[in-house]
Amino acid sequence: MSSLSHSRSMPSDLDSPLDPPHQSGRTRARTRERFLPIRLLQAPSVLLLFLWMIVPLAMTVYFSFNRYNLMSPDQTGFVGFDNYRFLLEDPAFWPSIGNTAVLIGSVLSVSVIGGTLLAVLFDQPFRGRGIARLLVIGPFFVMPTVAALIWKNMIMHPVYGLLAVFMRDLGMQPVDWLAEYPMLSVIIIVSWQWIPFAFLILLTALQSLDVDQKEAAQLDGAGPIRIFFYIVLPHLKRAITVVIMIETIFLLSVFAEIFTTTAGGPGTATTNLTYLVYSIGLQQFDIGIASAGGIFAVVLANIVSFFLVRMLARNLKGANEK
Amino acid sequence: MNGHKKSPLWVALLAWTCAIILFFPIFWIAVTAFKTEQQAYLPSLVFLPTLDTFREVFERSNYLAFVKNSLIVSIGSTVLALLVAVPAAYSMAFFPTGRTQKLLLWMLSTKMMPAVGVLVPIYLLAKNSGMLDSVTGLTLIYTLINLPIAVWMAFTYFNDVPKEILEAARIDGANAWQEMLYLLLPTSMPGLASTALLLIILSWNEAFWSLNLTSVDAAPLTVFIASYSNPEGLFWAKLSAASLLAIAPIMALGWLAQKQLVRGLTFGAVK
Repeated sequence: MSSLSHSRSMPSDLDSPLDPPHQSGRTRARTRERFLPIRLLQAPSVLLLFLWMIVPLAMTVYFSFNRYNLMSPDQTGFVGFDNYRFLLEDPAFWPSIGNTAVLIGSVLSVSVIGGTLLAVLFDQPFRGRGIARLLVIGPFFVMPTVAALIWKNMIMHPVYGLLAVFMRDLGMQPVDWLAEYPMLSVIIIVSWQWIPFAFLILLTALQSLDVDQKEAAQLDGAGPIRIFFYIVLPHLKRAITVVIMIETIFLLSVFAEIFTTTAGGPGTATTNLTYLVYSIGLQQFDIGIASAGGIFAVVLANIVSFFLVRMLARNLKGANEK
Repeated sequence: MNGHKKSPLWVALLAWTCAIILFFPIFWIAVTAFKTEQQAYLPSLVFLPTLDTFREVFERSNYLAFVKNSLIVSIGSTVLALLVAVPAAYSMAFFPTGRTQKLLLWMLSTKMMPAVGVLVPIYLLAKNSGMLDSVTGLTLIYTLINLPIAVWMAFTYFNDVPKEILEAARIDGANAWQEMLYLLLPTSMPGLASTALLLIILSWNEAFWSLNLTSVDAAPLTVFIASYSNPEGLFWAKLSAASLLAIAPIMALGWLAQKQLVRGLTFGAVK
């Protein structure tokens, strides 16, 4: 509650978490005096994260330049960019990049547009709003393997699935979703999990919108559509950006949903970059080529996170200057 | 919020329709779990509820072993992450230096490394150190992937603690440990509790590392459910019963903590 009222008093819904606490001269003096032991409290976190990030990443880079297959462990040695060349020549590579882009792009569009509309809807007072909101965010807490299997077996099954039953009732031919529209099916499953995320974040951001501003616009005769485009959407702009970037990071690593439904198939129809690296490394045991694929994923993620970190940092700076 | 004026009826109808459609698969899991296997194939809501399927899940699979693994891994990694993160967040929130911001952003950036970028070396390291299919190994991995979130959340909650309280205690001669134990932890307890909740939810549902690093001994519920992707998945009642038990407790926790989750999931950018 206190955090809510706090954020409402801020001019922006994205107030900085890095606001330095106000310090008196006395604390500052004491800070210097026990500077070292206090700083040491950060050491375990920094050290662990450093090890976690640097050591495996360095190993991935190293492996990506070496021949190394667990099936023939004797043949090793530096091979330059061969692994990258093999990867680029792998007939599954470019499809996997395309699939990754389609999956991320589709789920982002569905979840951000759906989440925004739902958030606007749930910002209106109506009977049972609290309970309805719990129902909407429910899917976010369903573990990926459960989500994938329930959709695959009970909803999309070509004979017994609920969709097949309804389509037969309507006199239509049932569809074998995962065989005929594999990517669409995966997109539906993953979107179902991420709409609630976008909804929850955007609703929270929306509730910090100044009511007076909206009422003033209403008095001036602005209709709901104009209010949405000129007041609500600009207000949500930064929250939407945060949602897009965080989802992109997670969606780049979609794995369990594909693993349990289609195993990347049929053919390479649902193989994304993450699944491709898994299949080269842990199914074909080619450590070298899999590592080259891992490096691709890291580069892709870094491009996104560069913008995210820059935006968060700008936020912090803006808030500190106020 | 919007005063107390009522919205038109269509708003309520539309919102409830969306809510019911989105929640329907979960509702269907809950319904099917109480059916027999024969009833499960009929899309009917009229049936005599039975607990037989639950009994069968417990008898025919080592269900409790998977529950135990999930509990140990998610609670263990949460406790470890908090033990490491809280002191760090404390020093960053109350004794910030010029580098604190950069350090926090760097920690955030480690969260953005895609898991698949380090899958191969982690798999090999685990294999060579006997940590493959080990509860300890998985707990350590979850501790590391949740550590940045733990630091960020604890940091934002410490920042909300009124600084005057601490000043007063310092003037009274409290040292750093007393300050942390008697003042900071009690005042920021709700925040730390919701941090713990988010970490438990995230590690309970994590399925990339669990699928890749565990198979039998250390497999948590995510991996157990994935085993239904073979033809056994056509035993819908059993799949539903096992799934319902796996998701119900965590959904309850998520519902309780929904407001605080936003802060953790966006690294404090939206609260």
